[in-house]
Amino acid sequence: MPVYLDHAATTAVLPAVVERVAEQMGGLGNASSLHTAGRASRRVVEESRETIAAALGARPSEVVFTSGGTEADNLAVVGTYRRRRADDPSRNRLLVSAVEHHAVLDCVEHLVAHEGARVTWLEVDGEGRVDPGTVRAAIEQQPDDVALVSVMWANNEVGTVQPVREIAAIAHEHDIPFHTDAVQAVGQIPVDFGESGADLLALTGHKIGGPLGVGVLVARRDAALEPLTYGGGQERQIRSGTLDTPAIAGLAVAVDHAVGHLHEHAAHLASLRDKLVHGATAAGYGITVSGPYEVGDVTRRLPGNAHLRVPDCEGDSLLYLLDAAGVECSTGSACQAGVPQPSHVLLAMGVPEAQARGALRLTLGHTSTDADVEAFLAALPAAVERAQRAHRASRGSGR
Amino acid sequence: MTYLDHAATSPPRREVLEAVLPYLTRDFGNASSQHDLGASAHAALEDARARVAARLGARASEVVFTSGGTEADNTAVKGIALAAPRGRHVIVSAVEHPAVLESAAFLERIGYDVTHLPVDHDGLVHVEALRAELRPDTTLVSVQYANNEVGTVQPVAELAAVAQELGVPFHTDAVQAAGWLDLGVDALGVRAMSLSGHKLGAPKGVGVLYVRRRTPIEPLLHGGGQERGLRSGTSDVASAVGFATALDLVDLARSEPVAAQRDSLIAEVLDRVSGARLTGHPDRRLPGHASFVFDGVSGESVLLRLQERGTLCSSGSACAAGSDEPSPVLLAMGYDPALAQTAVRLTFDERTPAADLDAVAGQIADAVGAVRKLAAG
Repeated sequence: MPVYLDHAATTAVLPAVVERVAEQMGGLGNASSLHTAGRASRRVVEESRETIAAALGARPSEVVFTSGGTEADNLAVVGTYRRRRADDPSRNRLLVSAVEHHAVLDCVEHLVAHEGARVTWLEVDGEGRVDPGTVRAAIEQQPDDVALVSVMWANNEVGTVQPVREIAAIAHEHDIPFHTDAVQAVGQIPVDFGESGADLLALTGHKIGGPLGVGVLVARRDAALEPLTYGGGQERQIRSGTLDTPAIAGLAVAVDHAVGHLHEHAAHLASLRDKLVHGATAAGYGITVSGPYEVGDVTRRLPGNAHLRVPDCEGDSLLYLLDAAGVECSTGSACQAGVPQPSHVLLAMGVPEAQARGALRLTLGHTSTDADVEAFLAALPAAVERAQRAHRASRGSGR
Repeated sequence: MTYLDHAATSPPRREVLEAVLPYLTRDFGNASSQHDLGASAHAALEDARARVAARLGARASEVVFTSGGTEADNTAVKGIALAAPRGRHVIVSAVEHPAVLESAAFLERIGYDVTHLPVDHDGLVHVEALRAELRPDTTLVSVQYANNEVGTVQPVAELAAVAQELGVPFHTDAVQAAGWLDLGVDALGVRAMSLSGHKLGAPKGVGVLYVRRRTPIEPLLHGGGQERGLRSGTSDVASAVGFATALDLVDLARSEPVAAQRDSLIAEVLDRVSGARLTGHPDRRLPGHASFVFDGVSGESVLLRLQERGTLCSSGSACAAGSDEPSPVLLAMGYDPALAQTAVRLTFDERTPAADLDAVAGQIADAVGAVRKLAAG
């Protein structure tokens, strides 16, 4: 078995989830049907909704099931923009952190290119953090024209946790809705929707041991959203489409498990992460950690995230060499895999382009062990030396 | 219990569940990841795509996995119209599924002209009606392959040919037709086609949008750029494999015997239940689909009595279940609202025990009789 250190891309489905999904796939009925089979399916959906709401500090009616994190983010950003702008055409400005996932960024770019939106990018500091003062200043440029503020709860590449509660409070001073992409945060740090003050929050199943193809947009009852998909009017008319009962049931098991085991899980991940970071930075290649980092910390950085920068080499070569040595990881977001561009997150953090190229993201999850970390540390030196040689050779030949 | 609501959702096949399971457990990778686990997920996804394409007579690059039929319809209708190669006029039939009708309504709200093609009393769209409505600025025609409430099968190939004469993209919602009718996209002449997994023996939460190459289309979801940029979001490999497996298991040879069962069921209901009328076309209809209205009863009360007798069916679309409104499909077919509210739809497949089907006409006769007696009482 290869060593899997890419849990932020997707993680193994929990056995209890597989069991629940398989059991429900054998079930009959469309949750919108009125007969007994339909009502049984509906009961599973509503119980799952209650479980998820309870785990996330939300009300059941605030849980809107989607096909995943991307759809939840799209619904939040595009749906809010369209509705807020329709209600008041002057509201066409989006305040978005520069380090968002592409599910948010690409929506913003689409709205700018095709639907008359303007964007104020919220800059981050060297650790990838948005200063609440930055948000305040951006809003106060012209509070009335802001359609939405969107800042992720925790970053997918470097694991930086954002001050979402402070940002939500600032947005609310001006009655501006606040969306947060909590896809990476749920299951690693405490996420309480009600307490956070967010109006909208996206999460996905497959990052927490749930199935692929299912996610949630937590949306306050007063969140004004134009749907993306029209049709049967399911999910408060916000998201049409036959409810995927088996996936929803599996998601509830995963969320409940992730939140129920949060503290022990976070401590376990952090201890593995610290061992990994210590081993890598002490290996003698000038390897550094991106984002906020402190041994034992589980609040400012996701406990399962280690993001390393290796000088004088290409992350893609490292990835290839580590993969050949049986270690699976990533240079950043899986969604951008194969695109040989430096990460927008690192660039926003002020990392010089040359350094941003040597990025390696190692993310831990519920199946991770000490042995995984040791295997990575054992494979690292040879991979770094070869990648650096290749880098020097290509630079040499280029001159 | 007799489940006669396959048009709402049809149970996944055992072989499908077996095919899906490894992708929920061992092969859980993200198909966009570059390492081996990602590559293996990617290979499974592309294999599923190729298998679906083969069944449609399409290229793999023309097959887009979605979260279901509703998303496929929304992407097709809004996406092709918004790409607007020709103008801002859209034609849909009056009996489309809400996923198409509501997408068209969205377009209308943002300034498009929408024409609803009328249907005849059997629910059929006529080629001449389409021809009369096509305009130089028509940018999309969307007519379903078969209707979900009354089972009428539309002359899609003829309609698509008329649209094609003017170079207008033609989309068909084939959610109900899939599994029963030939889905060859070349013979149908369609530019886009929507399919849903859970109506053809695959799991819920997965669908397919076929889009012929060089058809301009705007994506509905933005993000990681999966599915050639047309549908962002981490690929649900297990569901894609389930969809391909279910489609591969479809044997159109089942259509004939199931249609024969349907015809005897219809004959028996019309014979035994006074005031019963078949809705939809008598011949051009889905094999496993029988739908009726009954003079002088309320649809919901018949459904309840059938359920007491162990038979689960519906009045029409599950999506509209619980609504007091008469079916827009039946209204478009010219039924008066009171009669339209008595609709009962029985949908089944070859897995439905023959004995159960045989018992249904008697149960309906009893149920309708009891409701009438109560009303007269």
